[in-house]
Amino acid sequence: MEMLRKIFSKSSILIPLVAIILGLIVGAIAMLAGGYNPILAYSSLLDKLFSTPYNLGEAIRAITPLIFTGLAVSFAFRTGLFNIGVEGQFVMGMTGATIIGVLLDLPWYIHAPLAIITGAVFGGLWAGIAGYLKAKRGVNEVISSIMLNWIALFLSNFIVAKFLVEKGQQKSMTVHESAMVKIDWLIKLTDNARMHWGTIIAIVCVIVFYIVLWRTKQGYELRAVGHNPDAALYAGMNVNVTMVKSMFISGVFAGLGGVFEILGVFGNQTVMAASPGYGFDGIAVALLGGNTPIGVLLGAVLFGGLSYGSAGMSFGAGVPPEVVRIVIGAVIFFVASHGLVKWFLKPFLNKRASKRKEAA
Amino acid sequence: MDVLEIIGQLINTTLVFSTALIFTALGGMYSERSGVVNIGLEGLMVSGAFAAAVATEYAIQAGLGGVSPWIGFIAAAIYGVLFSLLHAISTITFRADQTVVGVVINILSLGLSLYLTKSLYAGSGQTPLLENVFHKWQIPFLSDIPLLGRAIFTAYPTTYIALALAVISYFILFRTPFGLRLRAVGEHPSSADTVGISVTKYRYIGVLLSGALAGLGGATITLTTTSSFAHNTISGQGFIALAALIFGKWNPLGLVGAAMFFGLAQALRSFMQRFEFAQQIPAEFFYMLPYVLTLIVLAGAVGRSNAPSALGQPYDPAKR
Repeated sequence: MEMLRKIFSKSSILIPLVAIILGLIVGAIAMLAGGYNPILAYSSLLDKLFSTPYNLGEAIRAITPLIFTGLAVSFAFRTGLFNIGVEGQFVMGMTGATIIGVLLDLPWYIHAPLAIITGAVFGGLWAGIAGYLKAKRGVNEVISSIMLNWIALFLSNFIVAKFLVEKGQQKSMTVHESAMVKIDWLIKLTDNARMHWGTIIAIVCVIVFYIVLWRTKQGYELRAVGHNPDAALYAGMNVNVTMVKSMFISGVFAGLGGVFEILGVFGNQTVMAASPGYGFDGIAVALLGGNTPIGVLLGAVLFGGLSYGSAGMSFGAGVPPEVVRIVIGAVIFFVASHGLVKWFLKPFLNKRASKRKEAA
Repeated sequence: MDVLEIIGQLINTTLVFSTALIFTALGGMYSERSGVVNIGLEGLMVSGAFAAAVATEYAIQAGLGGVSPWIGFIAAAIYGVLFSLLHAISTITFRADQTVVGVVINILSLGLSLYLTKSLYAGSGQTPLLENVFHKWQIPFLSDIPLLGRAIFTAYPTTYIALALAVISYFILFRTPFGLRLRAVGEHPSSADTVGISVTKYRYIGVLLSGALAGLGGATITLTTTSSFAHNTISGQGFIALAALIFGKWNPLGLVGAAMFFGLAQALRSFMQRFEFAQQIPAEFFYMLPYVLTLIVLAGAVGRSNAPSALGQPYDPAKR
């Protein structure tokens, strides 16, 4: 974990940048090996992203949940916890929002907030289970939250199929209009891209993340436990409670991500064969963002953009879109093994240094 | 069907499901005993399952017939080793965070396997169905024993290999100098280093063995259960294997027991639905069962201090 913190608190901008470039190169090599044209592929990726207002809007739609899940992973990391369960908390958030959105019929100013809060609390409590097990029973949060991911998936499927199902279909009934949080004028402006308030709230969450961790006493304790739990304990902080709290807040971020997928984008929840994957991508986003709120925002833009643009790659250059997963995996790999990156860079840096010497 | 018959089949299905878990958990054991956390087991299984599917297909094309699955099986181990080399280089030589690299292995394996599948098979997300996979062996004479014969002595060759490897691993780990050194490196690397044991070497061996064995685990699923590779061929078995490793207290025989337990939970999923009363229970609860059991077991039964003490810590000789 020591190492983990070091990577995450690294404010250096160089390593993520080099990692991104190396990641893109790895992707290009994979495409060359498969007999595809990487330049055509990358340009069709960019083309897909920026060609029409609709695509740009949809890219923002794809980026939004990654901001939430990236924040969720980062927040737990700051307290020294690896929340790999963001995936499950995301799904629980979706489920909470769907339950309220489908079953209740209220005026919009109560309905939407209630659905949002319910989903957020579902996510928070789901993460809280892993936090509690860690604090009370010493269960490694990585293992417990992996298990909770699967349980969340099947539990949600059960709830949707049993209580919310649209007759004869593999999805829930549609959420009442009063709970939806779409932004109509933006939808018109972007030719029906699915724009919603969740994006705005995601950016608010970026700010909240900063304020909670660096401008409150709570946040100080959270970070202290992350830095050195023994010292925190000695200073009179309740480490166990802090862990559970940290997981809860992390889960709230994750849950919110799920909430807006339902209330902003789809308007119903399907019976899923596998979980949507935003939580796992959140780990990538958090890592690339160096665990800082702004970094997470930028990381989400990069990964969301790549993932959304990958459809353009397969359309424009015939490349299987999975190549983007290789790029993303490679980028995190290079961020994590920054020793390797430095080793790669050494000849270049030395050359520059020696040139400088010559000039002098 | 009478009760004995059902029990026999249940045991047999348990063996089928737990085989892949045993291979993979054994792999995880070698890595973690040497002090390297391996969260990438899932990804290594994916790679193994993919490599087995492709290599077996090629072998069948080449007219190798019944030998083909064996070639796929071995190819999976080699491919797993190559993949885990990535893990080893970054975590041991460059001291990258082991958990993060494990996550990377998971992302990369699935991405690369699917990408290659689509590249190799004209955009199809699934490898062709294999004509030649492993068939169950009937051990002569023993398989004629009533009940036990059908339950235990009629099984895939992979099952016997996995069990044999577990026993061999037990002896390697606790009865050979190699095992002692591997454990020393995982418990107290600086002491091991002081007496002249190369921490780097033993950790490389541990991680690479985990790649080979997890590859075999993935291959087992392709070659005995699914007969092809697709995005959902491996869905969580690697993580279950990790849980079995912890539940089995990092002991080769303990983890076999744990893997059998999870295999049973999985087998129950398909078996319970045959009974009248069980049909009232929604299928989702059976799907959840292995994961819920894992959680309960981890929260309840396992002590805290069983993990190798240097687990997860990169070894930096300069910090001794």
